[in-house]
Amino acid sequence: MMAEEWEPKIVLFACNWCSYGGSDAAGVARFQQPPTTRIIRVMCSGRIDPAFVLEAFLEGADAVCVTGCHIGDCHYINGNEKTKLRYSFLERVVKELGIEPERLRLEWISASEGEKFANFVKQVTEDVKKLGPSPLKPEGVQ
Amino acid sequence: MSKVGAVAVVGGGVGGIQAALDLADSGFKVYLIESDVSIGGVMAQLDKTFPTNDCSICILSPKLVEAARHPNIELLSFSEVKGLSGEAGNFKLKVVRKARYVDETKCTGCGLCMEKCPVKVDAEFEEGLAKRKAIYIPFPQAVPRVARIDPEHCLYLTKGKCGACKKVCPFDAVNYEDEDKELLLDVGAVIIASGFEAYDPSKLYQYHPEHPDVVTSMQFERLLNASGPTAGHVVRGSDHREPKRIGFIQCIGSRSTAEGKPYCSSVCCAYATKEAMIAVEHDPELEVYIFNIDVRVFGKSFEEFYQRAQKDYGIKYIDSRPSGVGVRDDGSLYVMYEDHESGKVKTMDLDMVVLSVGLDTNPKIYELAEALGIKLNEYGFVETKMEAPVCTSREGVYVLGAAQGPKDIPDTVAQASGAAAKAGALLAEARGTMIEVPELPPERDVSGEIPRVGVFVCHCGLNIGGVVDVPAVAEYAKTLPYVVYAKDNKYSCSSDTQELIKEAIKKYKLNRVVVAACTPRTHEPLFQNTVREAGLNPYLFEFVNIREHVSWVTRDDKEKATEKAKELVRMGVAKAVKLNPLYREKLPLNHSALVLGGGISGMTAALDLADMGFPVYLVEREGELGGNLRNITQLPDGRDPSEIYEPLIERVKSHPNITLYLNSKLVEVKGFIGNFEGKIETPEGEKIVEFGAAIVATGARELVPEGYYHYGEQENVITQLELEKRLPGINAKSVVMIQCVGARCPERTYCSRTCCMEALKNAIRIKEESPDTQVYIIYRDIRSYGFMEELYQRARELGVVFIKYDADKPPVVGKDNVSVYDRLLRSNLTLPADLIVLSVPMVAPEGAEETSLLFKVPIDVVSGFFFEAHVKLRPVDFATPGVYLCGTAQGPKNIPESLSQASAAASRAATLLSKEYIEAEGIVSCVNEDVCIGCEVCVPMCPYSAIEMREREVEVDGKKVVVKKSSINPAACTGCGTCAAACNPGAIEQRHFQNNQILAQVKAAFNFPQNGGGA
Repeated sequence: MMAEEWEPKIVLFACNWCSYGGSDAAGVARFQQPPTTRIIRVMCSGRIDPAFVLEAFLEGADAVCVTGCHIGDCHYINGNEKTKLRYSFLERVVKELGIEPERLRLEWISASEGEKFANFVKQVTEDVKKLGPSPLKPEGVQ
Repeated sequence: MSKVGAVAVVGGGVGGIQAALDLADSGFKVYLIESDVSIGGVMAQLDKTFPTNDCSICILSPKLVEAARHPNIELLSFSEVKGLSGEAGNFKLKVVRKARYVDETKCTGCGLCMEKCPVKVDAEFEEGLAKRKAIYIPFPQAVPRVARIDPEHCLYLTKGKCGACKKVCPFDAVNYEDEDKELLLDVGAVIIASGFEAYDPSKLYQYHPEHPDVVTSMQFERLLNASGPTAGHVVRGSDHREPKRIGFIQCIGSRSTAEGKPYCSSVCCAYATKEAMIAVEHDPELEVYIFNIDVRVFGKSFEEFYQRAQKDYGIKYIDSRPSGVGVRDDGSLYVMYEDHESGKVKTMDLDMVVLSVGLDTNPKIYELAEALGIKLNEYGFVETKMEAPVCTSREGVYVLGAAQGPKDIPDTVAQASGAAAKAGALLAEARGTMIEVPELPPERDVSGEIPRVGVFVCHCGLNIGGVVDVPAVAEYAKTLPYVVYAKDNKYSCSSDTQELIKEAIKKYKLNRVVVAACTPRTHEPLFQNTVREAGLNPYLFEFVNIREHVSWVTRDDKEKATEKAKELVRMGVAKAVKLNPLYREKLPLNHSALVLGGGISGMTAALDLADMGFPVYLVEREGELGGNLRNITQLPDGRDPSEIYEPLIERVKSHPNITLYLNSKLVEVKGFIGNFEGKIETPEGEKIVEFGAAIVATGARELVPEGYYHYGEQENVITQLELEKRLPGINAKSVVMIQCVGARCPERTYCSRTCCMEALKNAIRIKEESPDTQVYIIYRDIRSYGFMEELYQRARELGVVFIKYDADKPPVVGKDNVSVYDRLLRSNLTLPADLIVLSVPMVAPEGAEETSLLFKVPIDVVSGFFFEAHVKLRPVDFATPGVYLCGTAQGPKNIPESLSQASAAASRAATLLSKEYIEAEGIVSCVNEDVCIGCEVCVPMCPYSAIEMREREVEVDGKKVVVKKSSINPAACTGCGTCAAACNPGAIEQRHFQNNQILAQVKAAFNFPQNGGGA
């Protein structure tokens, strides 16, 4: 029997108004995706505390995605601008922790961009599969 | 006889929905009557909306759901209005509910019947590009999501055979014996919102509308749409290949006397630009040509949109409109057009032709007008007067949107709120008399209880159940900590499941509920209501999406889909056990309004609010009311403008609810929505006023064109407003008008919307007074949109000469002549000119910046006008709650548009002022003052200025010290949570998205939560 191919686990933060809508749109249009994402909904990507992202890595995430509305489209005027700033901070921290930069991702996805959402999930999954499990993954965690 | 506190809104497009929501929110019962199967109208069919290219259904869908769920709105879909008797305030409206053959109360919209139905028919929603079944729901977001049988095609209803839908329906909702039912409704007012119908080009044989590669713009819209017939891939009908070169032909069914449609449809240039841009986004190699007469992109930010289409998307606009489409023997398409650079007639091969069809009158309007006893204009649109743009010929019957004349979404939405204001004012005394407050059981106090979670896992028919092993997921849920009950349901959203959930809550003493089904974005309110009806706080509910996120996107691996569904449920339960009840805080509300600006917009807004019974403070900087209209000497219809402003001034001065401050200035504003305090400097000294809502109606002014065409240096160079003052009697042999002076240029990119009409009006006045005077209008595009095309026609009939110039070859003004390169004739002309009139744009008035700071409302950096909350759906709201805007303060517009917006702003303010108190959002952020260190990082984070630092006295080492603590105003907080993410000490928590709740979800993605913790 062949060993089953390893599937990464990806924590994906999505904002209620755009990228979560994009994930719904992907579903409505039946854009198939690898079953790797665990989506956590927040009202605005500006709510995503860097601590949530780091916690996800510590728990065993092979990748963490931060997603929100396109710049200029934020439901809360400019929450995603703040996300962008926090993300650049996270990029530095992740680098210092020895995590490959491909494991931390930022993408702006509108509520209508179902295909973009699905392609994004496929791309991240593919990239992470090449890297293998996260170096921070605790033992015994899938 | 007392008035009836109910309004019928006829038509459930975006305009009808907005009017219904405004009225329902301000205490009136609304019957929303839609002749089609679902509400949503044309906007539901659109792919994107210009000029932001927002997804159309995404911004509309929440409004559909809101209208359907509103306790004060009764949705009568698939119904027609048949007659109106009685008088304003006390009407009887006859309505026929057409036979649907499906019981609305039983159907859950599961779609099983649609799968089984063997009959395929052209789908209207897809503009005939795809098929639907004889039993169908027109589109996925339809409201109500209830099927309908098309009796013309149903095998059972036509031949007595089949019956498949009835057999397969799990809810016994199909009823072949259904019949039309007549209703008689008591209403105080009626609002017509019947919209338009896209022009049908099938008789315009010269464009070959029958050719598979010639489509209408509505069909093209569906081709662009991801949920459309080709899943968003633009392909040709003939060979299903992607076109490489597309041509749009403008003005199909517009600006054409031959086609019986002499008016301009107002929206086609902008929508063609939008469709072209999206098509290029799909295929960057695509070439798009837009063949036009004039490019009429006159709305806010449209000109910039059009410029971007050319620069960033390479879309070519050709100002020659072919009179037909050629078809070669091999079926390929071409058009012939005049190339203005070479002066030659050229032929262009096209892979696909899009006919930009106009906004035709709704064919049902004739019957409706007769039933309601109102007048239509010569084109079949509802007749209104310039000074009363939403009032029909019958008192108590109002109109909005494209039923009144071609217009775009923001203008429709503004009129919708405007019509709601008029109906609300008429029925002010009956407000609140016909609405019911649903009675709910008292809420159970769950504090101190150990979490008892109930999990309901949905099959959604085969939608989830066909992929995910739903019973296994429910079994797994039972193994999770704190879960005391778990069950799978065929359809969790059906009304019988709601009863099951309520029973389970009682029987198992559940204090947290998790539903694993579809998306919270559409269905969360339904389940929140259900748990509330069972006596639980609605925020003790968590939604897990295993349809859009699992079964629909992991179709081919049932095992992994089931595994993912289990983990998502685990994460949902982990969050649920940490949920807390939330309450929408009730805050006091001042029922007065302040209106800033005493032009016709400000006066109208003040009068509408005063008529609705709210006290109004009207503040005007100048010593007299009337604003810019005082500078105009004649209206386009020949009347004196004082006929419009004098009656308004008289009513403002005598209205008992209006306090007028002339020669006064608002200098300070404190407080927030519902509780503002303003300081006004008046000639009698300072006055402090308190108000709950504010309307900014500060207007605009004409640009002083210094530096353009020797203005100010040469006496015969004047502006249009200066010309107005000299008319009649200018005594000139030759007048040259130059359009777009200081507009549509690098220093002021926008189109000022009204200048073409101002020039046309004045040109006509000159010609009518002195036919021998030569009048030249040097223009870039004549943008006489809507019925104002009549002015353009009239000017041409009178012999006004129109000369088109290029922006990069502007005219040159001499002492008594103007030289210009005529783009269409390709030659230099020198025109004699006794008088040179510059058409200059409206610009933001002085003091706009101060107003912006007073109310913390934004100004558009490009145009300098105030920036509304949403360009499409919230044209008169500011993002700052409780503050509204209208008229030319928002951007250039004409008299009826300003008046519509003024009433709209009044209506929006009334939705707030008619409440007894303000209810804050439940999901807001709050500060734990013990943890707050007063760093102030949160203050600038808030886009709504909801956070301020407050001084608090605390004891440190026995001494009393004053320190600063962050304080969040729940009335202004919109619950984004950005401040919580920014708070380093963790003093700020966003309710319902608390740190411990989100972290629990993160952990549960990996681990079976052993110590799930208490609430």
